[in-house]
Amino acid sequence: MIFRQFAAMFKARTMEFVRDRGTFFWNLLFPVFLVFGLAFAFSGGGEKLFKVAVVGAVDAGIRLPAMEQMQVIPYAEASEALSKLERHQVDFVLDFDKREFAVNAESNKGALVRELFLAQEAAGNPLVPAFTERAVSGRATRYVDWLVPGVIGMNMMFSSLFGVGYVIVRYRKNGVLKRLKATPVHALNFVSAQAVSRLIIVLLTSIFVFAGTNLFLHFMMRGNYFDLLILTTLGILCMISLGLVFASRMKSEEMAGGILNVVTFPMLALSGVFFSLEGSPPILRTLAKGLPLTHFIEAARKIMLDGAGLVQVAPHLLVLGGLTIVFLGLSSVLFKWE
Amino acid sequence: MTNIVNVEKLSKNYGAVKAVDDVSFGIPEGICFGLLGPNGAGKTTTIEMMEGITAPSAGRVLFRDKPIGGDFRKKVGIQFQSTALPEFITVRETLALFSSFYAKPRPMEEVIRLCSLEDILERDNQKLSGGQRQRMLLALAIIPKPEMVFLDEPTTGLDPQARRNFWDLIGRIKAEKTTVLLTTHYMDEAQVLCEQIAIMDHGKILEIDTPEALLAKHFEGVLIRLPYDGCCSDALEKFEGIVIRDDVLELQTNKLDKSLKDLLSAHVNLEGLSIHKPNLEDLFIKLTGSSLRT
Repeated sequence: MIFRQFAAMFKARTMEFVRDRGTFFWNLLFPVFLVFGLAFAFSGGGEKLFKVAVVGAVDAGIRLPAMEQMQVIPYAEASEALSKLERHQVDFVLDFDKREFAVNAESNKGALVRELFLAQEAAGNPLVPAFTERAVSGRATRYVDWLVPGVIGMNMMFSSLFGVGYVIVRYRKNGVLKRLKATPVHALNFVSAQAVSRLIIVLLTSIFVFAGTNLFLHFMMRGNYFDLLILTTLGILCMISLGLVFASRMKSEEMAGGILNVVTFPMLALSGVFFSLEGSPPILRTLAKGLPLTHFIEAARKIMLDGAGLVQVAPHLLVLGGLTIVFLGLSSVLFKWE
Repeated sequence: MTNIVNVEKLSKNYGAVKAVDDVSFGIPEGICFGLLGPNGAGKTTTIEMMEGITAPSAGRVLFRDKPIGGDFRKKVGIQFQSTALPEFITVRETLALFSSFYAKPRPMEEVIRLCSLEDILERDNQKLSGGQRQRMLLALAIIPKPEMVFLDEPTTGLDPQARRNFWDLIGRIKAEKTTVLLTTHYMDEAQVLCEQIAIMDHGKILEIDTPEALLAKHFEGVLIRLPYDGCCSDALEKFEGIVIRDDVLELQTNKLDKSLKDLLSAHVNLEGLSIHKPNLEDLFIKLTGSSLRT
């Protein structure tokens, strides 16, 4: 009985979404346009500087020609510098502790810096021969590889929050909820049908956006698609349950729209959708840690760009899962038909 | 006849406003009961408390002698004054949706036939006209094969043709011995459909009985109505049963011939005179002091 009610409400809500052509295509095409647009806008080769990572205490005896044109970035750990090198985020690693230098075999810029480094030896610098060479390899991480989890996360956030939160507030305002209250339907069953319908819609939209843009842009994928799917499902559930909290009481669509904007804007700004928050004030980074979108995007980037597995992103999954439980609990306590 | 519903000392306050003020009545099983009153009289608040949608401030509602709850929702059908329907789904799909809510819904073909929905089954809910919409909402109310239906102003805003069509549908439901509670501010509607009526204003029930009994109680004979221009007030004072409201003079009499002669001899201008048998509209105006406060 309960399942029959659920199935009917799920079907009605899903049809309502799919048949509302405008909303449907907007949900699908907007993120696709965004990925392509930004990929195009940022495809111009990026920074002009060469980036040299240094590890350990700098020996003043080593000076590359044209050092002024390079950005020197100190790293505490050699492993960190090397992983940046693999992603072409730095062009050259100079490890003073281990007396080692490293280049990425697939990087032209790296090859050039290597030539410059070795030129010092030819110029008679006695320190250079003590350095051993280490070769790493790895494809360059383009901005678009880094961006795509952000855009999918953003779309997921908007679609979940507005598709559940706003729609339930509209149902409350125009009397659909009141009419349902007058039937034997239980509130929890109604809300679950809404949530599951939206979960499947957002999941399919995300897969469509990712697969569709991937055909042309060939994103870097070091991790496992299954892990990414688990993470995405959890991320959507978390966003939907947050939407339900706002949908539990509000009566006015304008109010709901306003409050949802107040919730989505900080996430848009602080969760690293378009740019990394590395190097921004610590307070912002702390704040960002409290936002579910931050955890989804960071975990998705770790899976895609670093090849992390579920174990490595477990802290993010735990936060998303924990928040989902809190939000669902809150909304079930707060929910009112009217 | 036993009452299917009893309302006992029901009140609802919104802040300092008493929307419903200590109202008690019962509805015998199988009849159509009309709750009449101008806008703002407290009809909707009363009916929604009886439906269990609004919590009363005081008093209680008994359905078959038990407080509402439990499987009450499975036994009644409700049509609110305004309900939006889920968008982008058709009439047929909406019927299927609501059928899924009940363990033993009425067969869909029967619902369609009772509410004359044959022509609009594949139409999107958003594209229904006012009359089609009300037919659809009535259909949703009768899906559970209810023992009682609550209809809150189902014909407000419909054109005369659509209203009469809707009366036919209510007639079909009554023919199934379903108890009907109907609120309306159309007196002709109550006169056609209802076996019993309650007239309500300012949160209180003013009168409750069969339409015939109420008319017999409040009116004798016929009503003479005249446009009133303010003349001859001294002469008019001698008449019994005369009421002057705005610019209309109303005289209730069971001796029509004598009353007309008296008016003539008092030199009252009889231009525009009309005589008619009192109906619920007149009763309503007499009791609430207003015509339809729309």
